[in-house]
Amino acid sequence: MKKEGEVRISSGCAISGIFCRNGKRITGEAIRKSIAVMHNRSNGLGGGFAAYGIYPQYSDFFALHIFYDSQSAREETERFLDKRFDIINLSKIPVRQTPKIPDPPLIWRYFITPLPHLLQDSQLDEDEYTSRAMLRINDSLKGAYVVSCGKDMGVFKAVGYPEDVADFYRIEEYEGYSWTAHGRYPTNTPGWWAGSHPFSLLDLTVVHNGEISSYDANRRAVEMYGYPCNLLTDTEVITYILDYLTRKQGLTLRECSRVIAAPFWTTIAIKDEEERSRLSYLRKMYSSFLITGPFSILVGFRGGMMALNDRLKLRSLVAAEKGGTVYFSSEEAAIRVIEDDPDRVWAPRGGEAVIVTLDKEAAV
Amino acid sequence: MRRFRIRKDEGCISCLRCARECSFGAIEAGEDRTLVFHHEKCTDCQRCVSCCPAGAIFITEDGNRFRHGSVFTDDDIREILLQAETGGVLLSSMGASGKDIPIYFDRLLLNASQVTNPSIDPLREPMETAVFLGRRPEGIQRDSEGRIVDNLPPHLELRTPIMFSAMSYGAISLNVHKALAAAAEELGTYWNTGEGGLHESLYPFKGSTIVQVASGRFGVHETYLNTAAAIEIKIGQGAKPGIGGHLTGKKIIGDVSKTRMVPEGLDAISPAPHHDIYSIEDLAQLVMSIKEATHHEKPVIVKVAAVHNIAPIASGIARSGADIISIDGYRGGTGAAPKRIRDNVGIPIELAIASVDQRLREERIRDRVSVIASGGIRNSADAVKAIALGADAVSIGTAALCALGCHVCASCHTGRCAWGLATQDPQLTGRLDPEKGAARLINLVNAWTREIKEIMGGMGINSIEALRGNRMALRGAGLNEKELEILGIGYAGE
Ligand code: SF4
Ligand code: SF4
Repeated sequence: MKKEGEVRISSGCAISGIFCRNGKRITGEAIRKSIAVMHNRSNGLGGGFAAYGIYPQYSDFFALHIFYDSQSAREETERFLDKRFDIINLSKIPVRQTPKIPDPPLIWRYFITPLPHLLQDSQLDEDEYTSRAMLRINDSLKGAYVVSCGKDMGVFKAVGYPEDVADFYRIEEYEGYSWTAHGRYPTNTPGWWAGSHPFSLLDLTVVHNGEISSYDANRRAVEMYGYPCNLLTDTEVITYILDYLTRKQGLTLRECSRVIAAPFWTTIAIKDEEERSRLSYLRKMYSSFLITGPFSILVGFRGGMMALNDRLKLRSLVAAEKGGTVYFSSEEAAIRVIEDDPDRVWAPRGGEAVIVTLDKEAAV
Repeated sequence: MRRFRIRKDEGCISCLRCARECSFGAIEAGEDRTLVFHHEKCTDCQRCVSCCPAGAIFITEDGNRFRHGSVFTDDDIREILLQAETGGVLLSSMGASGKDIPIYFDRLLLNASQVTNPSIDPLREPMETAVFLGRRPEGIQRDSEGRIVDNLPPHLELRTPIMFSAMSYGAISLNVHKALAAAAEELGTYWNTGEGGLHESLYPFKGSTIVQVASGRFGVHETYLNTAAAIEIKIGQGAKPGIGGHLTGKKIIGDVSKTRMVPEGLDAISPAPHHDIYSIEDLAQLVMSIKEATHHEKPVIVKVAAVHNIAPIASGIARSGADIISIDGYRGGTGAAPKRIRDNVGIPIELAIASVDQRLREERIRDRVSVIASGGIRNSADAVKAIALGADAVSIGTAALCALGCHVCASCHTGRCAWGLATQDPQLTGRLDPEKGAARLINLVNAWTREIKEIMGGMGINSIEALRGNRMALRGAGLNEKELEILGIGYAGE
């Protein structure tokens, strides 16, 4: 049977997110509890979490989480890193062995920063320098897989049910102001750790529920801009599109939402002139990045989170608010289990992005 | 040379309508209201069959055959006999008939949604077919307040991804041009003048017109260039790559002569190459001079025939400043072409589009230009497949003529089209009522557009841009590995 990445595998899913506007850092317990409610939306073939604000003592450095198939892959990758970066700290990521999460790869964490003279010679900014190196590892170093590489954030994922993945990674020991979680229901896969979600590049993480029908049009478009898609998953493609649009094209996330979940032409036609020309410009300019078919995504980024549904709202997505905390989930029950008295619960409309960011004074 | 036999049965009421309709002189009224059949003149255009009020007349293949079992077929022998007699180049029209060259469209199968994602009902949900054709800048610009500035160069906006191909006034009648122009305007798409200029009566359709500049430069003047939504530089045509055009003096009469700016009765010969384009830099200069002449207000299309190294050619065109590349495949139609060229030169549009789209992506310039596919698009499924292989839109010529009556008899070069399409004989051109013709073209394109929506909905795609280059929507059957590789698709069941 072909491994994920050699064949495209569709999947259904559950997603959940918690964001503390006031910057309060909470442990992973709440998000574990929330995603566990949607146990039957997963089938044990993938679960994961993204957390922001978990490495404040290293917040100036890129935090890498890497899977290795073998010690030799690790050695080769470390040599690769060593040539390009200053490795400030490295260690195994502490895990709790459990029979529910069998056959883990080697899981390592590094805090790195680009070697200043190489960075200068490359004429790139440090984000681009780092992301290129990470894409290269994933594309060409056999047996090594970079799971996340942003600052003051990290992704924890595995093959298994999400709550077991949480126990495995001991996520109750981490504290972050922003958490997303994913439980996966792939239709067929031997289960590959890297294929689980969240998917991530630099500070951007994406969890996604759905199966996009525009996949190959989007993949072929984003590959053109130097993002080799190795996993053949929707989430990978969405992450790369968002990275390209925000970091390379300079769009805001709100503008990105107008590209990937573009309003219908009939909707654009009834807007006032300025809005009409802005929206139709975005549609025409970035038509290759329109995403069709069902999706609900949570996009984590430094200091914020975006929730977005496809334009027909073909997947469920619920939002809620209590004080300074915002919740998103595939099902309301997964919010109520951790906040039984929200101030407000609502279902964001298809194509209408909900973007939350840290309050000014809480900004990290 | 006899190919067909005209037959009638006892239902005939001797109205002689067929004799009046036949423009090839194959049916004549004899004495006593009898019919005289000259089978050797019949082109199988089916005009008599369509007009017979009694349903009494029909055309069959000629039953006679030459001795079989040789490598020489009936057609080979017939053509040799003809050439031995005349010493001439064989002329033909419409698209290539290379029977052993696969029609790849027929070996591609489309996808549909089941369980893991929903199909979308086009009757209940919006289903978008609008297409934007033109260049895209490399990045956005913002004004001092951070608002995005509209920096898109001039472009074409189509309500449906189906356009009408270039067919020149002279090769076809003014009534056909009228029907195409009116239909394009109503449909929110574009028609193309071809290389014979634009008749003044069609100036009001400016907004739906693409004017062509070909190697003969017939009818090209400043007003012409500015009476259009876009200008197309024609380098080549799928039916006759590498060959110019030849419109006989017989067709250069009256308004055709005036519109083409060619004296009456003189043959209008367009040279094989543009004599000011011998290389890609020359093309860039012509693109630029046309843009200057039209004040940079209109997109420029470059049309080429699909030939062996079409991918690098397209990449060169993309870098020449052209906004849109139009690629015409092996099966593209023509009003007249040497038969050997038509049947033996060029490559099928399916392979051409796939390799061009892939190449432009490898060079990271696919989003910068738009690509139009033409040459043998017979129905909406062909259009969907061409788009999934990588085209932005398709254009149809033969299919449009069929909507107006054409039965693809491939006799356009004779100038005697019985349907009044590929002719300038006023007796014949009157057979097409431009208004009724426009209504039929509108019906056809609307029907195809509905079918495209249906197919897209089945795949769970509700906007045409998500179909473009979406090769996973396609699987092949009856194709070898090399063909799958070039088409960039998997095999059915994979
Ligand atoms: S049109 Fe039909 S009915 Fe009239 S003469 Fe011809 S075959 Fe007979
Ligand atoms: S346009 Fe007329 S002559 Fe040409 S193929 Fe069609 S019916 Fe025959």
